[in-house]
Amino acid sequence: MISESSSFIKGVVLGGAFCMLVTLLGHIKVGHGTKAHHHEHHHIQAPNKEDVLNLSEGERVELSKNIHVYCIILVKPKDLGHWAAARETWSKHCDKAEFYSSEKVKVFDSVAVNTNDMWAMMRKAYKITYERYKDEFSWFFLAYPTTFAIIENLKYFLLKKDPSQPFYIGHTVKSGDLEYVDGEGGIVLSIESLRRLSRVLEDPDKCPEQGGMIWKLAEDKQLAICLKYTGVFAENAEDSEGKDVFNTKSVGALIKEAMSTHPQQVVDGCCSDMAITFSGLAPNHMHVMMYGVYRLRPYGHSYSDALVFLPPPGSDND
Amino acid sequence: MASSKSLVNFLTFTFGSAIGFFVCYLLFNIILEEQVQIQPHVLHNDPHGQHSADTDNNQLQGQMDFNADVGQHKDEDKNIAEGLYHKVKILCWVMTGPQNLEKKAKHVKATWAQRCNKVLFMSSEENKDFPAVGLETKEGRDQLYWKTIKAFQYVYDHYFDDADWFMKADDDTYVILDNLRWLLSKYSPEQPIYFGRRFKPYVKQGYMSGGAGYVLSKEALKRFVAAFKTNKCTHSSSVEDLALGKCMEIINVEAGDSRDTSGRETFHPFVPEHHLIRGYLPKTFWYWNYNYYPAGPGCCSDLAVSFHYVDSVTMYHLEYLIYHLRPYGYLYRYNPDSSKNSEEQSKNEALENNQKLKQKTSES
Repeated sequence: MISESSSFIKGVVLGGAFCMLVTLLGHIKVGHGTKAHHHEHHHIQAPNKEDVLNLSEGERVELSKNIHVYCIILVKPKDLGHWAAARETWSKHCDKAEFYSSEKVKVFDSVAVNTNDMWAMMRKAYKITYERYKDEFSWFFLAYPTTFAIIENLKYFLLKKDPSQPFYIGHTVKSGDLEYVDGEGGIVLSIESLRRLSRVLEDPDKCPEQGGMIWKLAEDKQLAICLKYTGVFAENAEDSEGKDVFNTKSVGALIKEAMSTHPQQVVDGCCSDMAITFSGLAPNHMHVMMYGVYRLRPYGHSYSDALVFLPPPGSDND
Repeated sequence: MASSKSLVNFLTFTFGSAIGFFVCYLLFNIILEEQVQIQPHVLHNDPHGQHSADTDNNQLQGQMDFNADVGQHKDEDKNIAEGLYHKVKILCWVMTGPQNLEKKAKHVKATWAQRCNKVLFMSSEENKDFPAVGLETKEGRDQLYWKTIKAFQYVYDHYFDDADWFMKADDDTYVILDNLRWLLSKYSPEQPIYFGRRFKPYVKQGYMSGGAGYVLSKEALKRFVAAFKTNKCTHSSSVEDLALGKCMEIINVEAGDSRDTSGRETFHPFVPEHHLIRGYLPKTFWYWNYNYYPAGPGCCSDLAVSFHYVDSVTMYHLEYLIYHLRPYGYLYRYNPDSSKNSEEQSKNEALENNQKLKQKTSES
């Protein structure tokens, strides 16, 4: 009895140790795989309102028209509820939005990438996007099904940024030596970054279809590794007050956090006035956000904005 | 014998390692993943429902300081809103109770209540610290009309000259004062009129839902208070909103139309989600039979005035969505100023046609 229980315990310990070893090895591979680049945590800011107001009327109109954003939303049949909500809500504000699905579904149009693996889906989506749209769009925004985005605020954020520079923007996370954009918050690539990405995707050493030794590496991390090889680094997007504009959580979740961590300053701590994304939303919440962002407002407050964005034609919930 | 024992040991060992591995794997997955929480939703079955027995909403501790109008909007022009603040003076009184001061009323105080010209928290007992007025009633559903009568009496006695309009709200109602002022700016406080979410049947001219909040003109308040002195109105029932509505009809105070210029409702008996999602409120729900007006073009006005059954998190959520988050440069579809309305509409239409033309030429 005693010898059995001791061998059981030895087994548990060894099993756990083996598991930890394998997991850590999987993570270390990430570190070894990339070159040692000594750079700090990158931050990137929205334009200052004052800078923007210095532009002439003509320049402002031109600017509003010249920022073209193409939206990629990665979906699977199981996400049908979120897919429908995204179609009916925020994606209407992209210059063009397309859904890249693991497989074709009857109810909605999509670009079928014929794979269930998230990294493979992402690779294919970016490849197809570059081939088809490299001459039409300057910015590419990728979202997951539970993400809600305010494209107008994205365009304002990108206002003075040159898309021929390699931008890779979002809500960044540091994992060991790797800084990557968290997919939940949405991923923004300039055309230059997309161009470099489409090339490195062909390189099986630097950007394999399956990264990580034993465990699969998350697709947003894989993306960061591939981009790093081409000299493109993740930057964390913030407003002029230093608050994140890409959020990996919902408004409700962020408010709850703010209420417990700094109850004296909830508004200052919670969320940016110019937030671009929130994530982890149920389909119903997307409709509520649509109303709350594009319709519900207090009478008698106006702003002198540098850009003008019209409501999309043929829509009634915004 | 020895070999079977070592075989058993070996098997136990293998079993143990499998368990260890599995448990460790689970742990790592949990650590590396985030969990999405789903909010429970509550549907209330009583049209005259004010506070049903308090469901266990997320009890959040700590003081809230969700300061609305401080420093965030340096480039915002609030001249029109500020002009209305001075022109349309609104006294708000919030129906609450000793048990709810810290749980609910506190969050009202931290958010929309700041925008009233004057705000009073009405409770059965006085609380000097909060502060809350003591109406000297008991607590409970059956006391609501008593509290209402006494609250309006108190307001009349102490603050009649300090405001033009007198708004009643619950401690789980969120009121957008700027939009209330816009609505009321078109009327005179000397008119005997009151506004809210108009319900039927029971009262010929309709009555106003209690939870969605209602607002009395100066003249309406005067007549209401006087009616109890002359027994024109009495504490006829404990169903606050219905009883008040009946009294209003008796004293010839008009039940106003609070819909916006496009026919959408502005006072809401539920949270936005319940109204916005088609089918959320089932067709058999009492609500659909109680609305005085037929459904407008979509549920909710851009310039909504109130929502009800708002818990503490949603109070701050609404505050953020209404007064902070906005789509930069966006040209709203609905333009409330009716004098500019047709001009703005044709301007927008011209811009839209321009856009459509460009789309067509780029496609060809």
